Amino acid sequence: MKKLLKYVIVDLVQNKIVLIYTALLLVISLSVFNLENNAAKGMLSLLNIILIIVPLICIIFSTIYIYNSAEFIELLVSQPLKRKTIWLSLFSGLSSSLSLAFFIGAGIPVLLYHADATGFMMIATGLFLTIVFVSIAMLAAGLTRDKAKGIGLSILLWLYLSLIFDALVLFLLFQFQDYPLEKVMVIFSFLNPINLGRIQILLQMDISALMGYTGAVFRDFFGNNTGIILSFLGLLIWIIFPLMISLKKFKGKDL
Amino acid sequence: MIVAKNITKKFGKLKALDNISVTFSKGECIALLGPNGCGKTTLIKSLLGMVVPDDGTIHFDSEPIAGKWKYRSRIGYMPQIGRYPENMTIAQVIGMMKDIRKENDKNTDEELVKSLGLQNMMQKKMRTLSGGTTQKVSAALAFMFHPDVLILDEPTAGLDPLSSERLKQKIIREKQNGKLVLITSHILSELDDLITEVFYMQEGKLVFHKKLTALKEETGEIKLSKAIAKIMREEMVERY
Repeated sequence: MKKLLKYVIVDLVQNKIVLIYTALLLVISLSVFNLENNAAKGMLSLLNIILIIVPLICIIFSTIYIYNSAEFIELLVSQPLKRKTIWLSLFSGLSSSLSLAFFIGAGIPVLLYHADATGFMMIATGLFLTIVFVSIAMLAAGLTRDKAKGIGLSILLWLYLSLIFDALVLFLLFQFQDYPLEKVMVIFSFLNPINLGRIQILLQMDISALMGYTGAVFRDFFGNNTGIILSFLGLLIWIIFPLMISLKKFKGKDL
Repeated sequence: MIVAKNITKKFGKLKALDNISVTFSKGECIALLGPNGCGKTTLIKSLLGMVVPDDGTIHFDSEPIAGKWKYRSRIGYMPQIGRYPENMTIAQVIGMMKDIRKENDKNTDEELVKSLGLQNMMQKKMRTLSGGTTQKVSAALAFMFHPDVLILDEPTAGLDPLSSERLKQKIIREKQNGKLVLITSHILSELDDLITEVFYMQEGKLVFHKKLTALKEETGEIKLSKAIAKIMREEMVERY
């Protein structure tokens, strides 16, 4: 596992996209903090950018990387290695290098300008979202052999989780506004990792006005601390679940 | 050494392997023959665990291979079309394999690296290599870790005559060391002095698995190519 991980990480570091992604995050976060004279406002703007960009880059880059590693995987499968080791090495290589990129690009500016509990929460959420979307990318790439289909699937998943999901929730709310939907909304918020990340940070910042419906319900339901712990658990499930399904798929795959 | 029982593998509607049962024993050199698309490569990949059969079992040294991986350290595999990470150099690929197989430099068999002339191009990237040179890398890797079983899928396709001859000599030496060699090739003339058994497949089915001597006796031919041609002709007559 360690050896393979080394080769994956060396390959990823040589790949310039990860470096460009780091630089992009760095430029965005520094400019956001310098444009706003209030660091708390800067945090909010950064939150919205992170919730869009991090999932997008992580899911698409990881999907393409896995398809491009087809030769590498084929070579390794004929060697005395467990398939599980190969797949998990790819996953840990991708998630550790993208997490590192996020930490340097967004984490360090946050620590410079806003090093308090909210700042740490923001970094933790960003790292979790990074790993969640690497895991979803592994699933998308594991489900289909066709590269175009796989990348299309991951773009659709991103679109669904960052835009369509909210629209659907709003639609349901308006359709069933005569019914008490609080409990249902809490369950819905667990169905979307981006939502969980947002709620987590807003709970920490304690800005009810910006929390949206699900966030407000979430706080009423669980209170701040339990809410944060539960949403971290939710994100953890979002990491493990897609990864396990893709691993199962990969174990039975013909190469 | 390798025992397969009733392996079946379907790709969609196509039956790539249809109820194949076979025993390959130590010290033999077996030619897997048959027309294009008859399932030779699928059979090889099933033995390696790269393809998971729908049905049937495969045993390596009386251990079932399903879900296992350690047995592969005793197999050297040379694929038909070797695919390698494009950005790595030959030296890096070889180094990585040594790293994965946990062998140090003293124990590896570097004979083919030298005799195929790879040591002069160790710093070339894999994507810049010609098809023949990629084949040489595959060959060198297959023999490098002293495996008990060699699985060679079209080993000489794309190699120049000199390299092809050197590879053949190497295969003969390994066979004499008591290793099991499985080989597929369409160039029957070069198999004559290599093989001891013939395994003939057609449309995913086993047609026959015989000793080379027995085959030659039955057909009354001295050359393998003619013996196989005769059998194929008889088959055609029977069918139509």
